[in-house]
Amino acid sequence: MYSQKVMEHFRNPRNVGEIPDADGIGKVGNPVCGDLMWIYIKVKDNKLEDVKFKTFGCGAAIATSSMVTEMAKEKTIDEALKISRQDVADALDGLPPIKMHCSNLASDGLKAAILDYMKKRGIKPPEWIKIESETEEKCDI
Amino acid sequence: MSERIVYMDYASSSRVDPRVVEAMLPYLRELYGNPSSQHSTGSKMRGALEDARAKVAALINAEKPSEVVFTSGATESTNMALRGVAFRNRDKGNHIIASKIEHISVLNTLKYLSKNGFEVTYLLVDKHGTVDVEALKTTITDKTILVTVGYANNEVGTIQPIREIAEIAHSKKAYLHTDATPAVGKIPVDMVKDGIDLMTISSWDMYGPYGIGGIYVKRGTRVEPLILGGGQEGGLRSGTENVAGAVGMGRAAELAKAEMASDAERLSKIRDRIVERVLKEIPYSFLNGHPTRRLPHNANIRFSFVEGESLVLSLDMEGIMLSSGSACSSKTLEPSHVLIAMGIPHVEAQGSLLISLGRFNVPEDAERIADVLPRIIKGLRQMSPIAPEEVR
Repeated sequence: MYSQKVMEHFRNPRNVGEIPDADGIGKVGNPVCGDLMWIYIKVKDNKLEDVKFKTFGCGAAIATSSMVTEMAKEKTIDEALKISRQDVADALDGLPPIKMHCSNLASDGLKAAILDYMKKRGIKPPEWIKIESETEEKCDI
Repeated sequence: MSERIVYMDYASSSRVDPRVVEAMLPYLRELYGNPSSQHSTGSKMRGALEDARAKVAALINAEKPSEVVFTSGATESTNMALRGVAFRNRDKGNHIIASKIEHISVLNTLKYLSKNGFEVTYLLVDKHGTVDVEALKTTITDKTILVTVGYANNEVGTIQPIREIAEIAHSKKAYLHTDATPAVGKIPVDMVKDGIDLMTISSWDMYGPYGIGGIYVKRGTRVEPLILGGGQEGGLRSGTENVAGAVGMGRAAELAKAEMASDAERLSKIRDRIVERVLKEIPYSFLNGHPTRRLPHNANIRFSFVEGESLVLSLDMEGIMLSSGSACSSKTLEPSHVLIAMGIPHVEAQGSLLISLGRFNVPEDAERIADVLPRIIKGLRQMSPIAPEEVR
């Protein structure tokens, strides 16, 4: 069902944990629906110096969390904000269709962490930012 | 990994007993013919078919072998029971009563019936998954034509008070159908003592072949066939009979009758060992379902703060195969309706593991899973944002 890459990230997730003095924390998902992700970022010179995650969820949720932390590290804020769920899924050699939405929240989690950082610093977020999971059906439990 | 695969997912799919395969082989090789033919080749096949029917009837203590009708499987049997009784008994009423924890094949057939003029009332269950019998007494009316409650639940293993339910159904002249898919061949199921009118019987759940199943229809029950044609199976299920399948199912029933008690004793010991070790060694782990009135081969354990699919994948990496009741592992993306009906919160239901043992499990399997689970659960909890500090 999952690609080898998904399973590899599930088996050896990168950057698990918290950043105690994080500059931004993004919390997305809902454990009631089966997925909850917290993404922590540390910013230095407009770059993501460190990214970590904690996730409650299925294989896809854990693999996308792990993948997004790898993709975002060392990127500038603007570059990181442009990472889409499709980018994350592509980097994992695809996800099963049913997992594309509910469990593929990691890029939104990253954006939420960056927005949290911007809010704390009084930085105005760019207008083009798009939280993809906001525009679709929520799980209706 | 060179270790043997440990399969604990018999509720999803089972292994056909090699002795069943042996019994079937002649019917897949040299023996053929249509049981309805007049010639002697045909009547040999008729003999094999009726012999198989008698074995299934003996397993469930049906009064007459002809009360067992072969179908393509449990889903068809359930469809026939519910639709067949509903449409045949419209003159009496349009009310059907079911429990909230029925198998999806029951629930979706009832959904279809409710779109076609029937009214369905769903009975609640208690925290152990036992159907509320008092509620049945107050819900049933003279317009009730059918009560359908599973003999035992396939996810949490809880065995229902079927005799009591049958008595209440009969007090209003309603039929009782029970989906006994997970129960037949595992615990004694008795058509006469239990007062059952219609019963869904699975073949593969008792180590028989796939593509065949059965339905028990008590003599005199007013029911329509689902499939029309040449009038085979007493007119209740047309289509040229699957003799090889029936022979396999008959052999499986015969083996189940002989080995049920010893299988149950052996498997419940393995099951109890798993439950005992897991609940002791893993904090925030709980047994779902009834503590004692449950299927001998079933355990359903939930672990707080983790999600079931990642648990299943982690166990798979250790060579252990089983299922979970989590939303992520279902097609509907909703957690098990059975656990939700039992009042288990959604978040908790996500972390449930369904352990269903079968004839081919050995005592070492209990140690294998109990040895690896604490580490897996701890690892997932370390990753979980909702796990409290002390369990990480």
